[in-house]
Amino acid sequence: MGEVILTMKGIDKSFPGVHALDHVDLEVRRGEVHALMGENGAGKSTLMKVLTGIYTKDSGTITYEGREVEFHNAKEAQDAGVVIVHQELNMLNHLTVAQNIFIGREFKKGFGIDDKKMNAEAAKLFQKLNIDIDPAETMGNLTVGKQQMCEIAKAISHEAKVIIFDEPSAALTESEIDELFKIINDLRKQQLGIVYISHRMDEIKVITDRVTVMRDGTYVGTLITKDCTKNDIINMMVGRVIYEDPKTQSSVPKDAPVVLKVEHLNAGRMVRDVSFELRKGEILGFSGLMGAGRTETARAIFGADPKESGDIYVNGKKVIINSPQDAVKCGIGYLSEDRKRYGIAVQKTLAENTTLASLDEYSHGLFVDKKAENEVAQKYVDSLATKTPGVDQLVVNLSGGNQQKVVIAKWLTRNSDILIFDEPTRGIDVGAKNEIYKLMNRLASEGKSIIMISSEMVEILRMSDRIIVMCEGKVTGELGIEEATQETIMNMATREIG
Amino acid sequence: MANQTTKKKSPINFGDQRFIVFLVIVAMCIFFALMSPSFRKYTTLVSILDYSYYIALMSIGVTFPLITGGVDLSIGTGLICYSLIGGFMVTHYNWPVVAGILLTVLSGALIGLLNGSLVAIMDIPPFLVTLCTCMITRGLGSIVVGGFGITWPNASQPGGWFRSIFKITLEDNTKIPIGIIWVILLVLLMSYVLNHTKVGRYTISIGSNKEAARLSGVNVRLYHIIAYMISGVFAGLAAIAYSAVFATVQPGTGAGFELEAIGGAIIGGVSASGGYGSVTGSLLGVFVICIMKTGLPFIGLQANWQQIITGLVLIGAVLIDVIKKKRIG
Repeated sequence: MGEVILTMKGIDKSFPGVHALDHVDLEVRRGEVHALMGENGAGKSTLMKVLTGIYTKDSGTITYEGREVEFHNAKEAQDAGVVIVHQELNMLNHLTVAQNIFIGREFKKGFGIDDKKMNAEAAKLFQKLNIDIDPAETMGNLTVGKQQMCEIAKAISHEAKVIIFDEPSAALTESEIDELFKIINDLRKQQLGIVYISHRMDEIKVITDRVTVMRDGTYVGTLITKDCTKNDIINMMVGRVIYEDPKTQSSVPKDAPVVLKVEHLNAGRMVRDVSFELRKGEILGFSGLMGAGRTETARAIFGADPKESGDIYVNGKKVIINSPQDAVKCGIGYLSEDRKRYGIAVQKTLAENTTLASLDEYSHGLFVDKKAENEVAQKYVDSLATKTPGVDQLVVNLSGGNQQKVVIAKWLTRNSDILIFDEPTRGIDVGAKNEIYKLMNRLASEGKSIIMISSEMVEILRMSDRIIVMCEGKVTGELGIEEATQETIMNMATREIG
Repeated sequence: MANQTTKKKSPINFGDQRFIVFLVIVAMCIFFALMSPSFRKYTTLVSILDYSYYIALMSIGVTFPLITGGVDLSIGTGLICYSLIGGFMVTHYNWPVVAGILLTVLSGALIGLLNGSLVAIMDIPPFLVTLCTCMITRGLGSIVVGGFGITWPNASQPGGWFRSIFKITLEDNTKIPIGIIWVILLVLLMSYVLNHTKVGRYTISIGSNKEAARLSGVNVRLYHIIAYMISGVFAGLAAIAYSAVFATVQPGTGAGFELEAIGGAIIGGVSASGGYGSVTGSLLGVFVICIMKTGLPFIGLQANWQQIITGLVLIGAVLIDVIKKKRIG
């Protein structure tokens, strides 16, 4: 490790309603790979966006190469030598590799562009990095791993001095990760400062020199990687949070009937051989880090994404679900994590949303029975305590918590007995959260069975009767609520898989 | 090392849609020639070409907005409008023909600027913007000429020289369709612009991943506007070709021309969702449409059938695009 190249001190950033960064520090030295770790929502990406000028900080200082700086956009940061390699690749799939690398600063030849020179320069760059890619190949034809290599080459061609890798390995295969690490090691030798964001504990141990841990927007501490254990890091990540009335014991009798059974489900890279059972009246928590495959599992069960193999049994009977329509017929309702996109029709009224999944029952021939629709909508407004001026209110005008209730009402109207809540309280304020929790408990006690996907540990421990932990598309653990702690869950969620 | 993976590429890429389209053109010509002796006449070739110029020129231009992922529906009615404006000044105010031609092309450029600005700066969907300018140009043309048709100077009249830009009539009344030379030169020029200049590179970038281009420091708005101006200018050039080939220009016409130009571009391999396409492909696609349009009457199929068949060919071309897109993503 060399001298300090980048210091972020006391960085503070608030969004309406959220204190995203609370006086966070970070120091990066030349020739070091510095891991930035933390749970989902800990503020890692926000910190990096502040660094590269995508967000403006409220207070704090950034010192880069001995001078205080403030970048106003990604381009300025890039020109100064601070470059992000994004998790979602920003590639122009229709252009060639070289054209991508030099986009916005093409070599000129007369009126035209000197593609030959660009190809030659790109080839030199690849040679320096020891990468085997044809600069004239169309970007869209490359694997994700190769595309990432191109992104790195692009970063280096900007004379980068600090490179930030935002979960670079998320989409890579084993051998591609090896190749990535070789490149990162080379960059370290060339005295670049590298920030490495990742959830994978084993990678952190292999590739990084120091680890900075963040939790809930605050700075927890910085450790030398080789002097600490995986458990040290996990303890720093989860901390000692005191949470409200956690469930201490399952409220579901051991002999409650199994309403949903999933066996050896495979769907793409993110759902590998997933099996589990859901009992009547149970709240089954699905925990794991971002990208663990929980939402993908839910979507595959619900028929929203295609499955490769696996069996699903509802109430002991094998069912075939090829589309959401099939799933709804089986009595499964899915409450998406992204309400605005998948959950509700925002420009429709509360009543129209309530009957959306069961319109057949509320129509005569081609015509919707408005009166019956309003009645059932009113019924659920009353029983779910939805705050609205009336059932003819446009859903767009309701708060997040009340929108969530409308989605619940939709599935209750459809008589769905199995409800999949995907991040049920995302974007909902604290007061409304409690209401949703109460509602879920009530539904469970009334005999509905609930799968709850949540990235909030507190939520998982508070609500679940049983917890399934996923990592990299596989189920890595199952815990009764009696034995579950933040540490055991986090251990399973970061379990190394061979 | 990098050069190990460099494959030797054959001069003709057989997977290229242009190659398929070229085969289709050859097959169609053979088919029509076998079915109808009169199709084999030299005059048929001349009439195919006469008919192809203005569609080809529109198609070259509209290739650019299409590659950005947009569309320009204003080129058909625009063509008539620009021709009427230019021709009106020539016939009613005795402007020299050169000035009339310049005004015609300039009108196209201005409407292109308007389209581009509304799309790039105001962020209005291109379909809507150009649908509006399609209606505007249609009305505008009629208003300028007061509802009467315009006849640009004939070959025998002073200023009639411009008609021989596209067709030379020899003393024995043989017609030489030299317009095709200009069209091919313009195709080569714009092909170079698309593939080897910043304008082309950024046009493709906007269609491929506009945000990525923006984050790389590309002035996305400027190049988005330029793409629509190219379309407008070529609609203006198409207006000249139309005025030179046809006797009279009638206000209120032109709607539907744009569909043939856009259809040609799509058949020629321009991706309907942007990011991919070639000017040469668009030209080949236009010839598919023009040969069909000229050839089908020879085997007894009239206008309505032509439309159905054109539609079917388009579906085929779009399907190829969809399959290709699944591969590239």
